[in-house]
This record gives sequence, C-alpha cells and structure tokens, in this order.
Amino acid sequence: MTAGALIALAITILFGSLVSGTPLLLATVGEIVSERSGVLNLGIEGMMLMGAMGGFVVWTNTGSLPLGLLVGSVLGGVLALLHAFVTITLRADQVVSGLAVTFLGTGLSSILGGAYVGKQSPQPTPIFLPLVDRVALEQIIIIVLGLLVAGAAWYYVNRTRPGLNLRSVGEYPAAADALGINVYRTRYAYVVFGGLLSGLGGAAMSLITDPGWVDGKTSGLGWIAVGLVIFASWDPLRGMAVSYFFGLLRRLPLDLQNPALPFISTANNPSLGRLMGMLPYLATIFILILGSREALRRRLGAPAALGLPYVRGERGA
Amino acid sequence: MNLPGTPYRLMVETRRTNPGWAGVVSSILGVVLALIVGGFVLKAAGAAPISTYQEIFKEGFGTPADWQAGVVALFTNTDCPKGLICFGPLSDTLVKASPILLTGLACIVAFRMRLWNIGADGQMFMGAWAATGVAVFLLPKSTNPVIMLGAMGLAGVLSGLIYGAIPGYLRARLNINEIITTLMLNYVAYNWLEYFVIVGPWSRGDFESTGNFPPSATWPRLTQFAKAIPIFSGLTAHPGILLGVAAAIILAWLLFRSRWGYEIRVIGNNPKAARYAGINVSRNIILVMALSGALAGLAGMNEVAALRVLNGRFARGFGFTGVIVAWLARLNPLAAILVAFLFGGLLVGTQLIQPQGISSMLQGVILFVVVGTEVMFRYRFRLERVAPAVSIAAEVAK
Repeated sequence: MTAGALIALAITILFGSLVSGTPLLLATVGEIVSERSGVLNLGIEGMMLMGAMGGFVVWTNTGSLPLGLLVGSVLGGVLALLHAFVTITLRADQVVSGLAVTFLGTGLSSILGGAYVGKQSPQPTPIFLPLVDRVALEQIIIIVLGLLVAGAAWYYVNRTRPGLNLRSVGEYPAAADALGINVYRTRYAYVVFGGLLSGLGGAAMSLITDPGWVDGKTSGLGWIAVGLVIFASWDPLRGMAVSYFFGLLRRLPLDLQNPALPFISTANNPSLGRLMGMLPYLATIFILILGSREALRRRLGAPAALGLPYVRGERGA
Repeated sequence: MNLPGTPYRLMVETRRTNPGWAGVVSSILGVVLALIVGGFVLKAAGAAPISTYQEIFKEGFGTPADWQAGVVALFTNTDCPKGLICFGPLSDTLVKASPILLTGLACIVAFRMRLWNIGADGQMFMGAWAATGVAVFLLPKSTNPVIMLGAMGLAGVLSGLIYGAIPGYLRARLNINEIITTLMLNYVAYNWLEYFVIVGPWSRGDFESTGNFPPSATWPRLTQFAKAIPIFSGLTAHPGILLGVAAAIILAWLLFRSRWGYEIRVIGNNPKAARYAGINVSRNIILVMALSGALAGLAGMNEVAALRVLNGRFARGFGFTGVIVAWLARLNPLAAILVAFLFGGLLVGTQLIQPQGISSMLQGVILFVVVGTEVMFRYRFRLERVAPAVSIAAEVAK
C-alpha cells in the first residue's frame, strides 16, 4: 500500500465518520435543546427508531427521499409530544416516561416496519470528489444539514432572545414564569422540536447513512446521544465534535475490514472485529468519566431545573 | 370549577398521601388501556385485535378446557387427552416467567433507591456467560448436579454483581449517570458474549455455539418425571421459578423488615434527609447496584441452565421487561411474582404471532399509562353541591 493510497483511505474514513456521525449529531442537538428547557427525554432511541422506520416505509411507497425524511421527523415529534404531555401536563417522572417512549418506539417500529425488513434500500447518487471514495450527493446534503442545525442551535440558544427564554425556563422556571414566559408552552415546543430532530436523525440513518431497515436499526445510538449531551455540557458545538468522533468509532470495524490495511485489518481476524463493536459503548463510558472530572473542574452542570416538573404557584426551583 | 347546567361544581384537591388502592387501580388501568391502544395499532397493522388477543391468551395460558382436562389427568394419573394441551402453555409461561421475575426484582431493588439500573440485560448476559464457563469449560461433566448448579449460580451471581457494581461505583464516586453507563454496558455485554460463542474461544467451528451442556448442568424438568406422573410428559417447567419466588420473598423481607431495606427506602424518598440521618449514601449506591446486578446475573444462569446451551441467539430484552415488571408491581417484590407470570404468558403467547413486536409495544403503552395515571391519584376529585342562585333570588322576593 502506497503513501498516497493510505492518505486517500484516511480521507475516506474521515468523510465516513462525518456521514455516520450525522444522525447522532441531529439526535444530540435535539436532546440538548429539550434538556435546556428542563425536560430530560430518554426516549431518543424510540424516536429515532420510529423515524428510521417511518422514513423507510414512506420512501419505499413513494420513492421520495425528502418526504421520507419529513415523515420520519414528524413521527419522532409525535412520540416527543406524548412524552411532553405525560411529563409536563401530567407531571410524571421524566425518567420512566422516557423509557416508555423508547419501549413504545421500539415495539411500534417493529410492528409497523415488519413487512419492510430487508426490502431494497435507496440507491445513492454517486458524485466524484478527488481523493474520497464512494461519495453520494445525499450524504453531502445530510452532512451540511447537520452542520447547519448544530450551528443554528448554538446561535439560537446562546445569542437570541427566545434562546434566553429557553435557558431561563430550564434554569429557573418560576422566575421565567414571573417574567411572563409561558413555561409549559415553551417546554412543549422544545421537547417536540427535539423529537423532530431525533426522528430526522433516524430517517437519515435508514435512508442515507446506513440505508435499509431492520428491527432495532439504531442499535443503541439514541442512548449514546443521551450520553453525549452530558459530555457536550449541553452545548451544540461541542455536541458536534463528539458526534463526529463517535461516527468514526462506529464505522471503524467496517473500515478495518479492508484487507489492504497493514497490521490492523480485521479481514482475517473476525474476533478483533467483534471486540471493536464494543468500542463506541466503552468510549461513551470513558468519555463520561473524563467529562465528570471536567464538569467538576469547570463547574459546568446540567440545567438547574432538569428533570423537575414545574407546578405554577408551588415553591421550588 | 362549576359544571354549567347542574347544581354541582367539581372540586380538585391535592392528596397528602397516595391512597393504598391507587397503585392497584393504575396498574390494572395500565394493562386495560394498553390492550385497547394495542388493539388500534394491531388494526392499523392489518390484524384482527380481538382474535389476536384470544390467540395470545390461549398460547400463553391455555383454555379452561385444557386446565380441566389437566386436573382430571393429574388425579386419575393419566396422560393429557388427545387434541388438548393441558398444562403445556402454563409450563412454558413459568419457564419464561423465571428470568423475568429475577430481572424484575433486580430493577425493583435499584428503583427503590431511585437508581435507574437499565442494564439488567447486560448483567444477565454476563451471568449467563460466567455460568456457561463453569458448566462447560471449568467443572468436569461428571460433577454432582447440585454442586454443578450451585457453582453455576454462584458464578452467575458474582459476575452480575461485579457488572452491576461498576456503574454503581461510577455513580457513587464520580456522579456519572447510571442510566447511560448501565445501558452502554448492555451493548458491551452483548458483544462480549457474541465474541465468545460466535468467533471466539468457545465457538465450536461453524456452529456458533458452546455445544450442549452436560446433563448435570441443566435444570431438571417436569417431563423427566413423566413415568411416575404421565401428565408431566413434555412439560419443560423447571425449579428456576422457585428460585425467583424465593428471591422475591427474601427481597420483600429485606426491603420492608430489615434495617438495610429501611435505609434504601429512606434514600429513595429523600437522599438529603438520609444523609442528615447518618446513612452512608455512596456506600449504599454501590451495594444496591451490586445486589441488583447479582439478581440479574442469577437470571442469566437460570436461563442458560434451562436452555442447556449458549449460542449467539441468547435472547436480549429480559432486562427491559424487568423494568416494566418492576413498575407495574409498584416496586413490590411479592406483586412482581404475579406480574412476571402475566408477562411470561405475554411473551410465550406473542412468540409465534405476527406481527412481531406486539409484546414490546404493549409493554411501552403499559408503562406510559401506569406513569401517566399515577399522577391522577395525587388529586381527589369530588362533586360539591352549589346552592342554586335562582332559589336565593326567590327567597329574597318573598
């Protein structure tokens, strides 16, 4: 293998990690916004699965990629609305309700997508870039979309008036309420927005980044997103960095199957590939350990009212 | 709120304590509503809801005719009449119920302290892995079954215990969210086990399996006693369910009668108060996560001893069903016995039925409704008679 080929391979791998990190990025930004408003949503995995299933089913029946992404996104939003109703209006425990969202999404996507398992997946439109192998137009589009969403979310949360309102609702809802911000409405809006992004992430996965639909398609990606939110200290730009890093980890076992690679190819060593499958999950734990130290040092924490239902007129956060 | 057109108004008051019946009512309501919602989903997916439910019940529990024939056969010492399945479904349900009960108990003990151990699945996998190592690769085939099963149980408990204590330690010392770590460890455990049996040192060539366990390492089944009692012929029920029931009773005693259980419940209700009362919260977090993992690890041992083989198809999801069992049982270990039995029936009943995923969907809806309705019981709704305004006006006129 020549130096030039190695560089080309490295660039291909880097591009691949942008691709496979993008669904994660969308879900992570969605969860950051939701948690910034004070609502923990552990249902990302379920919302992504519904998005992935819905997007794939719609694409199979209509052949329209944008429509698939849209429907997948809406399905994620619908599940999030359910979570919002149970936790904001009924003031139920956010942890348990989030788990219920995941169970529901897993089961529903399995039932409704049962007939579509293994069906033909969208064919990418190839475009040719220097040095990079196997690039599709759709991949470029979804990467740019992810970048835009993350950047816009950062600007919105940190630099605009509605973003300030969003943060105040998550930090001190009683004060926000006194200033005339509708706490319930604000939380509803951002929880649903988070669901839309998670659903979009799921649909992007089944249609563009890992085309195809199988049961449990996201294999824990939604849960990784929940972990990344903590490590990103609720900042969309940091979320972007860690999402791409995890994109790299996620596709590493695939890339290393390349038999041309010196030393570390897994083509002749399936055991190594199986053990590499643990990497993203172990890395999440490792990153949380690192993050906990840093969080202590920088005194950066979760939104103060995260996980607490707001009851108008009652004393509390 | 005045109800227009009636002399009543609706009063909504906050209750200070949850009434005792609230839990039972919301659990039952959860199941009923889940069946209704599930019916609509089934209809949307193109299946007939009522007949699907009937089928699930029949597959999971049998029919009254089956039970009657079974009881008659039991007393007359004859075999099950042709065309009936007698206790077959109930026996299968007990087999499924035992790991569910153990993972449910694992969740109960953690949830009591508001520790969200979602990793019972991974802890169960590690338990199954360790028990298999003992049964197939460590002890000789000819080991006495009691010693063999005991050693497997110990291995399962220990590995689950360690696997549960790790997130407990991270939570207690570094304040790392245990939901994420336990979940990530699930996927690590899946890969770990698959590595061993599919490509790693335990796979036998292309079989992706450890090969069958020696008879000494498997649970005795009812069907082995079919010579003496013919009705037992073909029944796979094994003592694992008794293990679960015993664990439930011990856990109930521990939680409600022991000093440690009292500490667990105090921490769960109010960690600050517990700290002021001199309870060591960090230590208890690690201990409770270890106990929770140990119970899940035992579930893993129990499952491989019933399956008699470990392969790449070892079932995921028992740990998640345990979460719902715990919640539906209102974190009461004794109630978990009943709930685990019902869920065992649900799993057995939905095994062969299309569309797949019914049981997961029903579980999700049940959890939603139980959590949602729980809040209703924080309020008391009452109708109060309002003095009709018209009659006062009439009085004045007089």
